[in-house]
Amino acid sequence: MNKKIYLDYAATTPVDMEVLKTMLPYFSDEFGNASSIHYFGRNAADAVTAARENLAHFFKCTEEEIIFTSGATESNNLAIKGVLRAYEKDKKNKGKIAHIITTVFEHSCVLKACQELEKEGRAEVTYLPVYSEGIIKPADLEKAIKENTLLVTVMYVNNEIGSVQPIAQIGKLLAKINAKREEKIIFHTDATQAVAYFDTNVKRLSVDLLSMSAHKIYGPKGVGVLYVKKGTRITQIQDGGAQEFALRAGTLNSTGIIGLGKAIEVLAKNKPKETKKIKELRDYLIKKVLKEIPSVRLNGSRSKRSPNNANFSFSDVEGESLLLYLDAEGMAVSTGSACSSGSLSPSHVLLALGLKPEQAHGSLRISLGKYTTKKELIIFISKLKKVLEKLRKVSGEILKEYYSKKK
Amino acid sequence: MQYSKEVINHFTNPHNQGVLKNPDGVGMVGNPTCGDLMKIYIKVKKDAKKCEVISDIKFETLGCASAIATSSMITDLAKGKDIKQASKITRDDVAEALNGLPPVKMHCSNLASEALVAAIEDYKKKGE
Repeated sequence: MNKKIYLDYAATTPVDMEVLKTMLPYFSDEFGNASSIHYFGRNAADAVTAARENLAHFFKCTEEEIIFTSGATESNNLAIKGVLRAYEKDKKNKGKIAHIITTVFEHSCVLKACQELEKEGRAEVTYLPVYSEGIIKPADLEKAIKENTLLVTVMYVNNEIGSVQPIAQIGKLLAKINAKREEKIIFHTDATQAVAYFDTNVKRLSVDLLSMSAHKIYGPKGVGVLYVKKGTRITQIQDGGAQEFALRAGTLNSTGIIGLGKAIEVLAKNKPKETKKIKELRDYLIKKVLKEIPSVRLNGSRSKRSPNNANFSFSDVEGESLLLYLDAEGMAVSTGSACSSGSLSPSHVLLALGLKPEQAHGSLRISLGKYTTKKELIIFISKLKKVLEKLRKVSGEILKEYYSKKK
Repeated sequence: MQYSKEVINHFTNPHNQGVLKNPDGVGMVGNPTCGDLMKIYIKVKKDAKKCEVISDIKFETLGCASAIATSSMITDLAKGKDIKQASKITRDDVAEALNGLPPVKMHCSNLASEALVAAIEDYKKKGE
């Protein structure tokens, strides 16, 4: 049996042992509903409060600005639909349609939320281009702003190619524009892939809303946060109890929240050291692959890139095949190829960079984490070479021939 | 997405993979947009009853696991068959021989029977 090597940390991360230990008592000993006022409820509520303090400290905001959700998908939906709902509820906006600005390569939960709102006739949406590096231009954003612009939502770090968006710069730009506007534009960022490595001080970023998820930072799945700056015009989108300052109804996932609180504490302690270590490993991987493997390209910006992300396109292979051959060798990675996801067109992110479909189909995302070692990368690279050779033999020169016949 | 054992077997150890020198017919189907390109090479011999039989067959494929597995499977199904019978092999026959394909793959990556028909057509054209 091969030793398994996990290089898919952008998909999810294992729960840190310290985090797990903190969570365990809250499953069946301290099981109370944090909304109950008796002993059991108070114990859970106290632990939730402590977690909330940790998060507020991490993001440099107040505790009332931390809204616990089920994860980044819910946080993003709440941000977009909650802001729009507040706009629609305001009588002075009657008959008006709000304008939202986002990018072409957001996570599908943001893109689909925007597309749904367009279909329902509730919003008009501008999708900013990301160019070959996978980075938007603030000037494009400035040009896109209209009288009815309500919300700007831009992801901090792209989940597939790891390119970093100039969030602080956009924040400043919007603050400048807002100073002259009656109807302030609200700024949201999906920081799911950024929290572990980049500055998430909400004051420095000048964001009104920020989404994150616990399971990308060695916390449990099913819990996340939406930071909501005090005074932001937003309403709940799910009706029920008055939990989370009446913004998110539903019994608190106290065990998960407590895990997230611990995960953020552990992260804060080691962030600079881990970022440096992971970036060095990532640079080693990129250098080796580009040097030693023929017909390969790195997708996304080389320099403005998440420390844990490498995304390559290999010619004459298809991503799902590559993924499965690597899996058989014990290597867990990810692909932007449609063929592995059950949809028919390849990654909208890679196509947005201007890649040809076959380049997008032949892509591989390798994402590192705090448990990644150089030894693992050495093994991975050797397995990658082996399976590429095998698959390139199977495809022969069929692609070249296809294009020569087309001419 | 779950693949059958048979698909994984053919995908990881494809049969009749490679180039056939001096083929009697060649068929290529698919396009890079969908992600799958397949090429089938055949050699045809007339047997004692004057039937035209596929005596050798090879394939090259750029594509996902099911594209490679269906290519491999069709070479097994077609080898030794009369070209009339071979051209009647359908997508469903290939999928069935592989103990099924995931539904989404039935259309996009199950082109092997078309590649075989194209190779047989190419052979017939050359004979005219």
